[in-house]
Amino acid sequence: MNPHDLDRMKNLLQRALPPLESGAEPRRDLWPALLKRLHAKPAAAARCGSASIDWVWSGWTWFDSAWFDGALAVALVALIALFPASIPVLLYYL
Amino acid sequence: MRSDDSNALSQFRQGSPEAAEAAFESLFRLHQRAVYGWILRIVRNPSTAEELTVETFWRIHRARERFDPARGFEGWARQIATRAAFDWMRAQPSESELSTEICAELSAPATGDPAITAEIRLKTALAFGRLAPKLRIAATLAVVEELPQKEVAAALGISVAAVKLRVFRALRLLRNDLKKQGITP
Repeated sequence: MNPHDLDRMKNLLQRALPPLESGAEPRRDLWPALLKRLHAKPAAAARCGSASIDWVWSGWTWFDSAWFDGALAVALVALIALFPASIPVLLYYL
Repeated sequence: MRSDDSNALSQFRQGSPEAAEAAFESLFRLHQRAVYGWILRIVRNPSTAEELTVETFWRIHRARERFDPARGFEGWARQIATRAAFDWMRAQPSESELSTEICAELSAPATGDPAITAEIRLKTALAFGRLAPKLRIAATLAVVEELPQKEVAAALGISVAAVKLRVFRALRLLRNDLKKQGITP
């Protein structure tokens, strides 16, 4: 696209979307909405309860990861036992 | 930075909860018009701009610990406002952002070049709405609003060269889209 094309495109875009007048103001007072939002977030977080969150993240995640780690270890041992030739490949990727 | 700004900012960052809220309100009252105006230039829809102004100040409140007084509040607020507008645009299906006011404005007779009909202007606006938000924001601010590229770069958190590149890409993609529709600008 040459500079002439660029200018024509700029002109077309300016005609399609004329610049807005500066000094626009919100049509309503936005402070009450902001205050509501600021106060709503901590209250929502408090409702969840930190104890239940801890239980979810410490209990279930621990269980899930322990189960997954165990399964992965069994699969790895089985692979090595059945295909000893795969040991160098595994070592390379580790 | 203005002295009322710096007083309010230090209270906002380090004051007691009551003093911080009062300081935040005074910051909001001082800057809401500028932030709203900036967002309106990007999204071109008054009610969306109002919602995003609230979102911007909420983000400012959340990120107050990261505020660097050396950079000034206005530039920081503008950057957060641009990001909020970008997130909003990304979440919208393309072409849905042309408000009824803009469509009515576009169907009015052209005041400039008579070759650019209302239909061409509408198609251009719709094609522009299909561009990626990051290209659209750069082109809106730099081409439509004719703001200095340095100012646009600061708001987007990118270099002036990157702004130029985004504008160029936006205009090239727009031209290609219009050509597909049989419009040769």
